[in-house]
Amino acid sequence: MSTLVIAEHDNSSMNVATLNSVAAAQAIGGDIDILVVGTDCQAAAEQAAQVAGIGKVMVADNAAYAHSLAENVAPMVAEAAAGYSHIMATATTTAKNIMPRVAALLDVQSISDISGVVSEDTFKRPIYAGNLIATVQSSDAIKVLTVRGTAFDAAPAEGGSASIEVVASAHDSAKSSFIGEEVAVSDRPELTAADIVISGGRGMGNGENFDMLYSLADKLGAAVGASRAAVDAGFVPNDMQVGQTGKIVAPDLYVAVGISGAIQHLAGMKDSKVIVAINKDEEAPIFSVADYGLVADLFVALPELDAAV
Amino acid sequence: MKVLVAVKRVVDYNVKVRPKSDMTDVDLANVKMSINPFCEIAVEEAVRLKEKGVATEIIAVSVGPQQSQEQLRTALALGADRAILINTDETLEPLAIAKCLKAVCESESPDIILMGKQAIDGDNNQTGQMLGAMTGYGQATFASELTIDGGNATVIREVDGGLQTLALPLPAIVTADLRLNEPRYASLPNIMKAKKKQLDTTTPGDLGVDIANRVTLLGVELPAERAAGIKVEDISQLVDKLKNEAKVIS
Ligand SMILES: Cc1cc2nc3c(=O)[nH]c(=O)nc-3n(C[C@H](O)[C@H](O)[C@H](O)COP(=O)(O)OP(=O)(O)OC[C@H]3O[C@@H](n4cnc5c(N)ncnc54)[C@H](O)[C@@H]3O)c2cc1C
Ligand SMILES: Nc1ncnc2c1ncn2[C@@H]1O[C@H](COP(=O)(O)O)[C@@H](O)[C@H]1O
Repeated sequence: MSTLVIAEHDNSSMNVATLNSVAAAQAIGGDIDILVVGTDCQAAAEQAAQVAGIGKVMVADNAAYAHSLAENVAPMVAEAAAGYSHIMATATTTAKNIMPRVAALLDVQSISDISGVVSEDTFKRPIYAGNLIATVQSSDAIKVLTVRGTAFDAAPAEGGSASIEVVASAHDSAKSSFIGEEVAVSDRPELTAADIVISGGRGMGNGENFDMLYSLADKLGAAVGASRAAVDAGFVPNDMQVGQTGKIVAPDLYVAVGISGAIQHLAGMKDSKVIVAINKDEEAPIFSVADYGLVADLFVALPELDAAV
Repeated sequence: MKVLVAVKRVVDYNVKVRPKSDMTDVDLANVKMSINPFCEIAVEEAVRLKEKGVATEIIAVSVGPQQSQEQLRTALALGADRAILINTDETLEPLAIAKCLKAVCESESPDIILMGKQAIDGDNNQTGQMLGAMTGYGQATFASELTIDGGNATVIREVDGGLQTLALPLPAIVTADLRLNEPRYASLPNIMKAKKKQLDTTTPGDLGVDIANRVTLLGVELPAERAAGIKVEDISQLVDKLKNEAKVIS
């Protein structure tokens, strides 16, 4: 048994999300290698080589792999998959975009968002917005998996010294090309990695009012998230959406402010350790998952909270 | 330009599903079924392309039981021109569904294939990407804006870090995210008209597709229940609880 973990990275550094997949691979057992596909990605490969317990790091460094275009990266991964029993990546938007394409190239049925390892071929995963947990068994020779980051504690980033092997393969399909990107820059921790997340919903009223959440977040070292309604209304950008179809978070503390608690939102945060809800409607469903609920007008409660921490 | 839109019949997004009593699968008896919300967005986008004069024909396709005709009729009422049902009573996996859709791509030769990013039953988020691999077409997943210019599509995608813009030569596959558009409601006259639109039925067997499942569902369980919480009186009690009971802030 051997697993190939596809690294999530930005060429200059490896994203810690990769370590959740390494942990899932350890739960399966067997040898673990890491594949880094990118452009000028040597630095990321060197970080991958330091992860404890890795056999080797393979690096495919080519201009065609900039921006992780699925049409180019998927054939590279499918080629590298030969000889492995499991191929996995943490379920970021990059992995969700690429891994099913890899699976189809290999003619196997990928399994999305695994939240548990039962055995080498049997996994748990949430379905129906997390309202049920399915146990599924794969009969494919190569198991292509994406891993729910919040379900596996990150493996140690250091302690290893794996060899780095260069893979001289280039796939340039010309089926899509990168035009540009708008990347959110923030000094706050990343939503999916933060210990504390404070999220605002439609009740926030507008984008300016989110400043109250940013101020509180900066005092607590927290990340700021949002409900779909807040994103749809244009209060905040899409990368802040938490939920079934946004980001999945499970911090030590999740504070939901002016969020009603629709199942699609709960799907993205109900595995948080401690949940606080501030809502003026005492019937709001968010209170059913809250450890501490405060029925209050957020415009009164938030300034008080800001002053108290 | 010909548009193919893939729509799936799924449990309505307002339903809180329950397991069957023997815990083998979800219980869908007497549960409201609808068109998958992301597929509805894909249909709306196709209709807008037609209204802009970019698309000339919209074909809606669904793989599923006979009842999936209801969701195809919904797509027709929203503005699709005709529909194809690939009828099967088996619960197919994305790999098999993508193979069925590939067969339709071969017979219909669409210029663009619009799909949802995710079906809210299995939450797989796979079928569009798989169809991309099988057809060799480019893919733009999680689309929040689509522009067609001659033989090219420009797509803004919602990604973890923000937004990414890609250009793709057609034919290409685009999967819809929530903010691509806000679907319209079908008008009564359009619902009536949709009943008369062409709906052809075929089967995976007729299409020569191997639909054998690779993954077996062994059972389902309910997620761990959260212990009941408490209501706090005010902010000072909340801060006290967070500091001294939960110990999550200092
Ligand atoms: C296919 C699909 C996917 C979806 N995916 C997601 C997803 O990933 N994430 C997500 O979040 N949603 C998602 N949704 C949307 C979801 O169903 C809800 O519509 C959404 O979560 C509602 O957001 P909200 O709670 O901010 O708004 P609302 O439901 O409108 O709630 C606003 C809340 O604010 C409270 N409030 C208002 N004013 C104040 C005040 N002054 N003080 C205190 N409280 C106040 C109100 O009492 C209310 O409870 C999805 C829906 C669909 C159909
Ligand atoms: N049975 C089906 N029939 C038609 N289209 C489907 C079917 N299943 C999935 N799709 C398409 O693929 C998208 C993603 O589904 P999934 O990969 O299951 O999350 C859906 O939004 C549909 O556009």
